[in-house]
Amino acid sequence: MLDIWYQIVDFLLPFDWTNHEFMKNALLAVLLLTPIFGLLGTMVVSNNMAFFSDSIGHGAFTGVAIGALLGGIRPIWGAIIFSVIFAITITVIKNRSSTSTDTVIGVFSSTAVAIGLVILSFGGSFNKYSSYLVGDILSIAPFEILLLFIAFIFVIVLWLLIFNKVLLISINQSLATSRGTNTLLVEMLFTVTIAIVVTITIQWVGLLIINSLIVLPAAAARNVTHNMRQYHAVSVGVSVLSGIAGLIASYYFNTATGATIVLVAALVFFVLFLLRKKFST
Amino acid sequence: MTENRKHVQCEGECCGLCCTKIEGFGVTKGQISILEDVNIHIHCGELTAIIGPNGAGKSTLLKALLGEVAHTGELRYLDSKGDCSIRPVIGYVPQQLSFDPGTPASVLDLFIACSSKMPAWLFKPKSVKERALSNLEKVKAEHLLDRRLGALSGGEIQRVMLALALNPVPNLLLLDEPVSGIDQGGLAIFYDIVSELRRNYDLSIILVSHDFDMVEKYADRVVLLNKTVISTGTPRKVLSDERTRQSFGAMRSLPGYDEYAGEEKN
Repeated sequence: MLDIWYQIVDFLLPFDWTNHEFMKNALLAVLLLTPIFGLLGTMVVSNNMAFFSDSIGHGAFTGVAIGALLGGIRPIWGAIIFSVIFAITITVIKNRSSTSTDTVIGVFSSTAVAIGLVILSFGGSFNKYSSYLVGDILSIAPFEILLLFIAFIFVIVLWLLIFNKVLLISINQSLATSRGTNTLLVEMLFTVTIAIVVTITIQWVGLLIINSLIVLPAAAARNVTHNMRQYHAVSVGVSVLSGIAGLIASYYFNTATGATIVLVAALVFFVLFLLRKKFST
Repeated sequence: MTENRKHVQCEGECCGLCCTKIEGFGVTKGQISILEDVNIHIHCGELTAIIGPNGAGKSTLLKALLGEVAHTGELRYLDSKGDCSIRPVIGYVPQQLSFDPGTPASVLDLFIACSSKMPAWLFKPKSVKERALSNLEKVKAEHLLDRRLGALSGGEIQRVMLALALNPVPNLLLLDEPVSGIDQGGLAIFYDIVSELRRNYDLSIILVSHDFDMVEKYADRVVLLNKTVISTGTPRKVLSDERTRQSFGAMRSLPGYDEYAGEEKN
């Protein structure tokens, strides 16, 4: 399967950085990953869930740690199960208690990240797992690309099916309820999806910057867009372009890929932020 | 057999007109009872205003009618053919649509999200656009279709919400009048539109109001609510009632006093 991709890249992009197989893999991974982040990010930002999705990332980190502890065939499944449970728990908390939700989520997410760190550093072997903090997309394996591809399809289908409801909830929850939307269920689907995507991708992107990749493209797009079509087009565009630019830059500057991508996205954010007056109506 | 039972159930309730009956509504939150045994009878084409002091449970009643908060009692709707088995379509205009003003959602996006299966991030279906336009025309707001929600004024939001509540045309329209953010001129336009709609579409309208001037001018009936229905009747009758004065405490004069600001935010 991947051979076709390698040939396409060799034909279309005969550059120095595409000479290596790991760069071809990474490029494909970036092309699958960044649109997902661009799409999900729009509603994370519009729902004021930036902090919330950050804590889901922390839960996913613990999940990966538990998965690594349990071992088994693929640690990823244990990780996904844990982070889905974690996401469901904090979604319920968010909807139940009206006061100090931030504090409760903060407590949960710091506990989660501490558990993860304790498990991974057990026996002094933390260095082996430090990639979970900063991520290493260049190490992605063909099996994992397949996993990403499944996640990619899953997110797009989900976004076709539930987007209108998520949008309505993001505008006003009571309005959504009065229109017969099961808000808890829709929110649950949304957060569980974020949890799964984050868990799958955390080892290539890293806990420290994964939330920036979700939040930055959408935040950048908000500066210059006026409706949902524009919002998504610009968000996905910013996400994909900064992903590619960051990957290439990290190759030539020899820097951490995930962080470089985030820097490019941040740069785009500031440029669009300065241009926002030109686009306002 | 079922036909027969239905007939017995519906018999003689509304004198051949369509109507809505709120029967024995009660809401408790924790240990505190917010509403007790609320009974209101509304005829179609009538604008019923609900007034009451702070914390009287007015917004809670609307939320109970919407099914948003758990309640006891029953909402019964009877159409003009005497069929009481159908569930009424309820339109709702919230007191204040609190949303993030930076969100890049247009008025059209709101209509798509409410009435279409086509995801708004990919499509803007022509049929939805036409329907949205015709509903916006009813509230004289067709020029707002492509505007960003955050760029609308309080009065414009209110009209857009009204247009949204008319899609589909409801049997029962619930309006929670905004306490702030709309000037008197905007409020008058809003009331004019509402009473026109009531006549044109034979809607039953329940309006939670804080502005007695407007109530006196536009409402057909007024219900004074304070935990339960205290009194009901024509605006003149209820507003001049001694119990109304008592419910609102030692107020200098009744009309339009903004002590109600910040009421029942939740």
